[in-house]
Amino acid sequence: MLKRAKKHPPGEINAGSMADIAFLLLIFFLVTTTMDTDAGILRLLPPIVEEELEMDKVKERNVYVVLVNDADMLQVEGEPMDISELRAGAKEFMTNPNNLENLPEKTRITATLARQEIANFTQYAAAATDPETRTSYVKTKERWEERLAAVEKLGEYMELPGSAVISLQTGSKTSYDMYVKVQNELEAGIRELRDELAQEKFGRKFTALDDKMEEDQHLIKAIRMVYPQRISEAEPVEVGKSQ
Amino acid sequence: MSRFKDKGSKGIPAISTASLPDIIFMLLFFFMVTTVMREVDLQVKVTLPEATEVTKLEDKALVDYIYIGPPTNTLLGSEPRIQLNDQFANLEDIDTWVLDGISRRPEVLQPKITRSLKVDKETNMKIVTDVKQELRKSNALKINYSTAQGR
Repeated sequence: MLKRAKKHPPGEINAGSMADIAFLLLIFFLVTTTMDTDAGILRLLPPIVEEELEMDKVKERNVYVVLVNDADMLQVEGEPMDISELRAGAKEFMTNPNNLENLPEKTRITATLARQEIANFTQYAAAATDPETRTSYVKTKERWEERLAAVEKLGEYMELPGSAVISLQTGSKTSYDMYVKVQNELEAGIRELRDELAQEKFGRKFTALDDKMEEDQHLIKAIRMVYPQRISEAEPVEVGKSQ
Repeated sequence: MSRFKDKGSKGIPAISTASLPDIIFMLLFFFMVTTVMREVDLQVKVTLPEATEVTKLEDKALVDYIYIGPPTNTLLGSEPRIQLNDQFANLEDIDTWVLDGISRRPEVLQPKITRSLKVDKETNMKIVTDVKQELRKSNALKINYSTAQGR
């Protein structure tokens, strides 16, 4: 008897149900899976500061005031505006192509100017006795070094004043949809400017630059120096209450 | 003549299903790799607004979600509510939630945590602004307004 059993090879396992088992698992993962990749508009909130910023320090021409009232209507720089014009408006604010009085005054950054300022601030920092003043000088020097790096990549450029900012304020009943639309338009305006500059200087769009490559990282940094993204998530202010 | 006839009478052989499990397994592995388990049961209804200038959130493990919208259970009214993790929350709970999110991650990654706001598009800005203020107070400054991809 034993001998006979040995002669026969062991029967093959029926693999016919394999497909069913795999199907079962497949359906489970199909149901539980969420394919949506989360995407959105990234923002950095300002930290809470103890002392209030002096408003008169920031010149009025350097602030692009965007107000959205409770009825989702837009007021930009004191004038009512349709959302379709906002992108162009933001671009004009960032570039000030006609050197208008009511838009930010830009300063020309050249390599010689940057080198000179770096030398100046290195001297000041060395001469400073107070550690606090020294760090502030060193910081200014570093800022100029960044500018020099940008000039080396892009050539001379016009820089926005440090206080130039797009200030977005909403009413308490403004819809979130409108808020995101406005944010989107402002973001689009800045992105278009950056794309145009990158296309002109490097033959590639800004959005096509790869932030994982070291070479591109410098280019990204340089372009961000020219067109910084300054959309202020300002303190909540009651807007359009009385109107 | 008979040769042709023979060929015709053979009929179409049955398609072999031996490779079916392999195909299914391939699909299975694809879904197993790409899948992210739904972590929370949504208590609020969220229809995301559309935007075109979006950035993809790269590391899902470093994102905490805040949901704001009208409750799915209509018995609770239609006033927008905040949902953190699995339950409704108040503004005061945000601070604890932020700290909890930080303590769950290794120290090196803690500054990289993004808080993603999934807010229903019909919501008023008041509640969003309040949540943002709370986040600022808890020093959770990196936020993302979650949107659907528009054209």
